[in-house]
Amino acid sequence: MKTFVYIDHFKGEAQPASWEALGVAKSFGSASAVIFGSGLDALVKTAFEFGADEVLLADDPALVDYRVETFASTLSALASSLTPDLILFPTTARTRELAAMSAIDLNSGGLIDLTGLSLEGDKLVATRPIYEGKLNEKVVCSGKPVIATLRARAFPRPAQDKSKSGTATKVEAKTDSLTTIEGYEVAEAVVSVADAGVIISGGRGVSNNPSLTPPAGLDEKQAEVWRAQQGFKLIGELATVLGGAVGASRAAVDGGYIPYAHQVGQTGKVVAPDLYIACGISGAIQHIVGIRSAKLVIAVNKDAEAPIFKVARYGVVGDLFEVVPALTTAFKKKMGK
Amino acid sequence: MKIIACIKQVPDSEAKIKAEKGQVSWGESPLVINPFDEYAVEGALQLKEANSGTVTALCIGPESAKEALKHALAMGADEAVLVSDAALNALDTQGAARVLAAAINKIGSADIVTFGRQTLDDGSGLTAAQTARVLGWPMLGLVGHIKVEVGSVQVARIIEEGRQNVKAKLPVVMSLVQSIGEPRYPSFMGIRKASKANIPVWSLSDLGISTPSVFVTRVELITPPSHEVVCEIIKGDGPAQIAETLADKILAEKVL
Repeated sequence: MKTFVYIDHFKGEAQPASWEALGVAKSFGSASAVIFGSGLDALVKTAFEFGADEVLLADDPALVDYRVETFASTLSALASSLTPDLILFPTTARTRELAAMSAIDLNSGGLIDLTGLSLEGDKLVATRPIYEGKLNEKVVCSGKPVIATLRARAFPRPAQDKSKSGTATKVEAKTDSLTTIEGYEVAEAVVSVADAGVIISGGRGVSNNPSLTPPAGLDEKQAEVWRAQQGFKLIGELATVLGGAVGASRAAVDGGYIPYAHQVGQTGKVVAPDLYIACGISGAIQHIVGIRSAKLVIAVNKDAEAPIFKVARYGVVGDLFEVVPALTTAFKKKMGK
Repeated sequence: MKIIACIKQVPDSEAKIKAEKGQVSWGESPLVINPFDEYAVEGALQLKEANSGTVTALCIGPESAKEALKHALAMGADEAVLVSDAALNALDTQGAARVLAAAINKIGSADIVTFGRQTLDDGSGLTAAQTARVLGWPMLGLVGHIKVEVGSVQVARIIEEGRQNVKAKLPVVMSLVQSIGEPRYPSFMGIRKASKANIPVWSLSDLGISTPSVFVTRVELITPPSHEVVCEIIKGDGPAQIAETLADKILAEKVL
């Protein structure tokens, strides 16, 4: 089986789940990494290191910014001429659009956010969660190529062999665009919650520390946000010690405590970490469904009746402002940091 | 300005969803407008208020999906259209996009078509971009802020890495996210108006298209293993001791 693996990246920084997709492709046969952008030599080398048999590179200044129309047209033209059996993507907001449009161009179907993909005879059978993870479905696609996006951390990541390298095969870029990018306001570099192995999340409870005295001159709302930011600082310190990412509940994001990119749950990101520590999160159903795939869930909450304890393996009924810094100290000591 | 808000009807988020005889069952739970699509309606109404014009809510579904359209009307949409046809029982996202594109063309002269980011049931999140591709219009995904200019639109897209500001000529398709603002509650007057509304139902022959091909087929429905766990509450003499015990338990699970 011949597979294209689309390497999703933002300004040259690859989504790590792209390499997981490369591993899946290799298990089926040949894997061609597909990279679009400009000046991406480092990314090309990394693709070879993770096992790509070849790298198809559209290198064009017009592709510096991801734009769905140009990227979809470039991909569809490439797939039409080289006829892969399968195009794999890591699931991201960008690749959902790209898979969507490529499916229209190539007259095939999209299998999205898969947690399983296997070859049964010569037929690809995909498993994906539906109804917010309350059910799983097995689906097949009758078109060719099969277009599929893989959920981050649902498939093993292949080993990286730094000694490998290769030369990319240049392919044609399609540059007709329907939109103009006027600029970015990019958040500072953070570990993405979708790819994180460890997530420490804060909820409404992070603003609930009456012992803190906000600086003078803040109104009530500003004081609440300031208190919450002190809480997230403590959560961030624990995340740093554990090498993890900071997550948040919708209540914390809606309260203006932390940007939307951190939101875990039905309206944020569905995550699959090995360890999830929920601090001051009550555990609304919309949050619970977002952490269903977490291996180990820990809850810290003042309210012993909070629903989050129903899905947690270990719980602490207590004040996160005391428990979280104590955990940071305990892990620093035990992990020799 | 003419705005079309595309919506879907889905089981309520609180519903106990089960697999029964290979079919999805949601028991007695009500069917509601897909919660993400409420942002599509809210954004459409904001556009109408800022630029004057009309909002048409558009839905594919059985006759009962009129209830979701009535919710959009009660929020303030001016008109609603239901596309319903027995031939659409097995529809994938590409098929839905082709039907929606035909309906958008039949409604005519739309400037902006809005979607939610995904649905609660299938959750693929493909339909907006596929509809844009079929129409040949620009796709602006995950929009949190919109400014309409003469013949064009400027938006802020809420992306993983932050915000991206993008401009495109009208007409456009966009998916809207929660930064657009909380969906308004239907007003009493709105509910009265919606209950009396006459919602036209279009079949595939009304749209002048044949049954779209189906590429994606479900072969099995699986109830995932239960995730109910018994929570062990860690107790101790003060936060330091509790944290010591908890850290040991976490390390023993070998997840770090």
